[in-house]
Formats: sequence, structure tokens, C-alpha cells
Amino acid sequence: MATLDMSAQLRAPRRRRIAGANLFASIRGNGKAMAGLLILFVFLVLAAVPQWFAPGDPAASIYGRSLGMSAHHAFGTTAFGQDIMAEMIHGARPALEIAIISGLFATVLSVLIGVSAAYLGGIWDNVLNLLTDVFLIIPTLPLVIVIAAYFGHSGTTVMIMVLVITGWSYGARQLRSQALSLRNRDFLQAARVRGERRSYIIVFELLPTMTSLIVANFLGAALYSILTASGLEFLGLGDPNSVDWGTMLYWAQNGAALQTEQYSWAAVPGLCIALLGTAFALLNSAFDEISNPALRPVRRIRAKRTSS
Amino acid sequence: MRFVLRRLGFFVLTLWAALTINFVIPHLLPGSPVISMMARYHGKLHGAALKAVEAELGVDTHASLLSQYAGYLKNSATLNFGTSVQYFPTSVTKMVGPAIPWTLGLVGVTTVLAFVLGTAIGAIAAWRRGGKADSILPPLFVIGTGLPYFWVAIMLIMLFAVINPWFPTAFGSDADITTGWNAEFIGNVIHHAVLPAAAILISSIGTWVLTMRNTMVTTLAEDYIRMARAKGLSSRRIMIDYAARNSILPNLTGFAMSMGFVVSGAVLVEYVFAYPGIGYMLVQAVENEDFPVMQFLFLLITVAVLLAVLVADIVTALLDPRTRSAR
Repeated sequence: MATLDMSAQLRAPRRRRIAGANLFASIRGNGKAMAGLLILFVFLVLAAVPQWFAPGDPAASIYGRSLGMSAHHAFGTTAFGQDIMAEMIHGARPALEIAIISGLFATVLSVLIGVSAAYLGGIWDNVLNLLTDVFLIIPTLPLVIVIAAYFGHSGTTVMIMVLVITGWSYGARQLRSQALSLRNRDFLQAARVRGERRSYIIVFELLPTMTSLIVANFLGAALYSILTASGLEFLGLGDPNSVDWGTMLYWAQNGAALQTEQYSWAAVPGLCIALLGTAFALLNSAFDEISNPALRPVRRIRAKRTSS
Repeated sequence: MRFVLRRLGFFVLTLWAALTINFVIPHLLPGSPVISMMARYHGKLHGAALKAVEAELGVDTHASLLSQYAGYLKNSATLNFGTSVQYFPTSVTKMVGPAIPWTLGLVGVTTVLAFVLGTAIGAIAAWRRGGKADSILPPLFVIGTGLPYFWVAIMLIMLFAVINPWFPTAFGSDADITTGWNAEFIGNVIHHAVLPAAAILISSIGTWVLTMRNTMVTTLAEDYIRMARAKGLSSRRIMIDYAARNSILPNLTGFAMSMGFVVSGAVLVEYVFAYPGIGYMLVQAVENEDFPVMQFLFLLITVAVLLAVLVADIVTALLDPRTRSAR
């Protein structure tokens, strides 16, 4: 998970229409965001049309075993005779599926719990806050391992459920503290005085001002999901017959890839996980900067003087 | 005092929650692995031992759920966590005991080191904001937070143990060296710990660098920093005594809260290195379908994280009067 953003609460609220326009402008002006988007885009293309780049069944063991890198097999083949490049390309879809779906659900849960805690206040705040803290502290991977072990080899649905249950707490805490600081701002007071319903205020007044923090949380949750899911698959707790990066690493480990000098077998899938993770981490950090102007890099004037 | 009591209350509550989760999971999911495992062990376990394992795993149909829960809480309170089914009749606690110092040594030392180093780097990056160090370091550490711990471990083995055989590929120490407090053994252990420690350090340090930098950037905009500059204090003094000192406390709270993540990553690193600690044992228990051991290890890891959080909380309360007055 990326930065613990203590100071996000200091951000001044913007009006909602301008907020949308500003968001796009901020993304375009942010190097980290653009780098993250570029990596994400490449993986999205691979995930959308893998057969364009690697036709056929990537899991089929139809080639020579443990071939080195060559023109035919850019990254060589596995000890079972599968093309590593083809497996890598087809691994993009399940990875993105898990990251995006569980990231979305975890974010919805964070918003529901975090914002309700801040907005309802009193006993509700205490109870929900306590729940958040408990889930935040319980070490997730051991918990996920225990749950997955009881499910046996878990399919994607089980995996996503477990990731959502264990991944919402961090975001809920951040969103709660931002919502708390926004609660008594003038524009919300005004809405209250106008006699708007509570649900209207939350959905149409409060949430739009929190957009960038919510997006940052989605990216953080997606990062957590991809890293944890690949960890589980690496342990053999995913579906061992699926083609995804974590499972590739599981077979590489079991096939003693390092000891038999099949380095690309262990390096390539992990590099993909790392790249996708990096894309989410970069975007997350960029959105932290967008939601908290104090963190933005200082303008060029000073940087130029030091470099020239 | 009130603050510490509140935190103690929270500690007890979270502990209870962890215990309950531990009880509920096998009862909610009377999955086939448990039943198939029980079938395998029916010949091996008899009488009371069989009953105890059945009760623990939620396949005991004789007792009501509530009385099972009460029995489970009572057993946990008296530190009776049953026996391993893989290595019957060794008790779970006896089996896990030898693994604890390995994990404490590796993960404990590395985590503290990562926190101290990360905080220092973050403070410097924030202080030199806009300079060269600040334009290179933070993005680099952002990338660090995106790396999977276990893959970093695999790559370190590949680079520094297989291609360049400088360090051992696995285990906590060489098997042919006698365990004891002598220079040879300690040196051997440290030699084995370098790569796993580096893997945890590389993957976890980024979080501390970034949180410290971001907190300190906000602190540097405070009026008392401007006041200190106006008074003509030396930069060094402003940076360390004014800015860094006030930014460390929120970072410490973040440290406590992120312990769970670090420990999670360390489990996988231990597995990759076959390091004889708790994490490796947890994965082995999963592979052997040794559910009592698995559940106890989950509890143990949770308690360790909780204790670390409690210590961090009390330290924060001692150092920072503001938290004591907070409700």
C-alpha cells in the first residue's frame, strides 16, 4: 500500500464540475500518472486481445522442453514445453480481472463504511471505526492463506471475495478522516440549511469532492489485490491449471527453474506482476498528489537553477 | 493513562475478534479438505484426541455450536491449542516454539531497520524538496511498493546465490554446524539471513520513505518552521529538531498500522528461502493440511502484530501529549 496520507484532510473542497476538469488536467501534467497509465494501457491491450499476440492455447505443452531464448520463443519454454511468452501474454487478463474487480468492490465497501462512520457520527462512528481498525491490524496474508486453505484450491470468485473482505479497511480509514474534515465545511452546512436529505448531501455534495481520494483508494486496493493474489497463486492456493503469472511462478518454483538455469521462467512472470503493481503504485501516488496539493513537486524554477 | 487503557481495551477486543475469526472460518466452511483429512486420520487418532481435533475443526456434530465456541475460548485462554495432526502427538505449541526466534530475528530486525532507514531517507527527501535527491528517490520508492516480496526474493536468489554463488540459496543455517552461541554459528546465521533480509528491506522500505516524506512536506509548511527560520536557527537544527521530530510520530502510527502488511510479505519471503521461521511453517502446514497448526500460527502472527501496535501506541502516547488528550 502506498502512502498513508495524513494531510489529505487539509485539502480545500472544490466545486464538482470544475473538479472533473481539473482531474484530467492534473493527470496529464503528472509524470508519474502518465507513466502508470502507459504501463496499464499496454497490459489492457494484452488482456483484451491476447490471441492477436499469441494465438493458440498458451497452456498446451507442444514445444521442446526447457528451450533457451530464441527467435521462436522470445523467453524460451518451460520444463513442460509451454511457450513462456505466450503464457505471459495470456496472464494479463486474469491479473487485471482480479485487480480491477476486487479493487472496485473493496473501494465501494471502503466508501460505504468510511463515509457512513464519519457522517453518522456518535455510536455508529465508534463501532465502524473499531471494525476498520480490527481489520486493518489483522495480518491479511496469513488470514487469506487460512481461508484459501479451507476452500481448497480456490477459483477466481473465492479469491476476489477474500481479497475484498481483507482489503477494504485501509481505504475506509482514509476516507473517514477526509469525510470528517469536510463534514462541517460551509458548502455542506449550506446544503443542510437548504433542507436537503442526508442521502442527497452524501451522494451529490460530499462524494464528488472526495473523487481523487476515492480513485487513489481504488488504485491502492487494486495494487493490494494483484500482489496478494499472485502470492496466493505462487503458494499453489489458486487454480493450478489456470494461466496466470502467480501460477507460472508456482510451476517455476516446483520445476526448480533457478537450479536448472531457466532464469526467464522465474523472472518474466514476476516482472509482469511487478510492472502492473508499479503502474498501480505510480497512479496511486499521483492521485495522492492530486488530492493533496501540498505534496506536488515544486515548480521548475528552483529545479532548473540547481541543474544548470 | 486513559489513552493507554483505551488501547488495551482495543487490544483485547481485536484479540477476541481474531480468535472468533479463527473459530468461525472452519465452521462456516465445513469444506471437503477437512472431511477428507479427518478420514485420513481416523485410523491414527483415537478417543479424546480425535474428539478434540473434531471440535477444533468444527466437524464435531455432538456438541452445539455455542458450547463448542465456549470450549474453544477456554482452551485458547489456557494456551491449549491442541495437537498437530501431521506430527501427532506433538502439541502445536511445542512444535511452533523453535520457529519463533528465527522469525523474530529476521523479520523483527529487518522491519525496524527498514523503518529507521526509510524515515531518514524520507526526511532528507522532504528537506531537499525539488532537488535532485527528491526528484529521483520518491518515484524509485513508489516502484518499490509495487514489487511483490516473493519475487524480489526469487530474483535475489537468482542473482546472488545461483548466478553469483555468494550467499546460500535457502535455510537459516548450515545443517552441519552445531547450534550454539559461538562465532561460527552466529556468522553462519547472518550469512544466511542477508538475502531474505534484503528482500524484506527492498519491498517494505518504500512505504516508510513515502509516508515520512509526505508528512514532513506538510510539516515544513507550518508556521513554527517559518518562525524557526526567522529566528536564524541553523538549517540542520530546523530539519532535525523541528520538522523531522514532529513528523516521526504520525509515521510511527503508520508503522504500527502497516505491520500486518510487512508480516504478510515476510511469510512469503520465508517460504521462498525455506527459512525455518513461522511463515515457512504456516505454508508447510497448509500443504500438509495440518489445520490445528495453521490456525495457531495465524493467531500467533496476529498477536505479534497486535503487540507491536500496542508498543507503538504507548510510545506515541509517552512522546506526544496531543494523543493523550485525544478522545
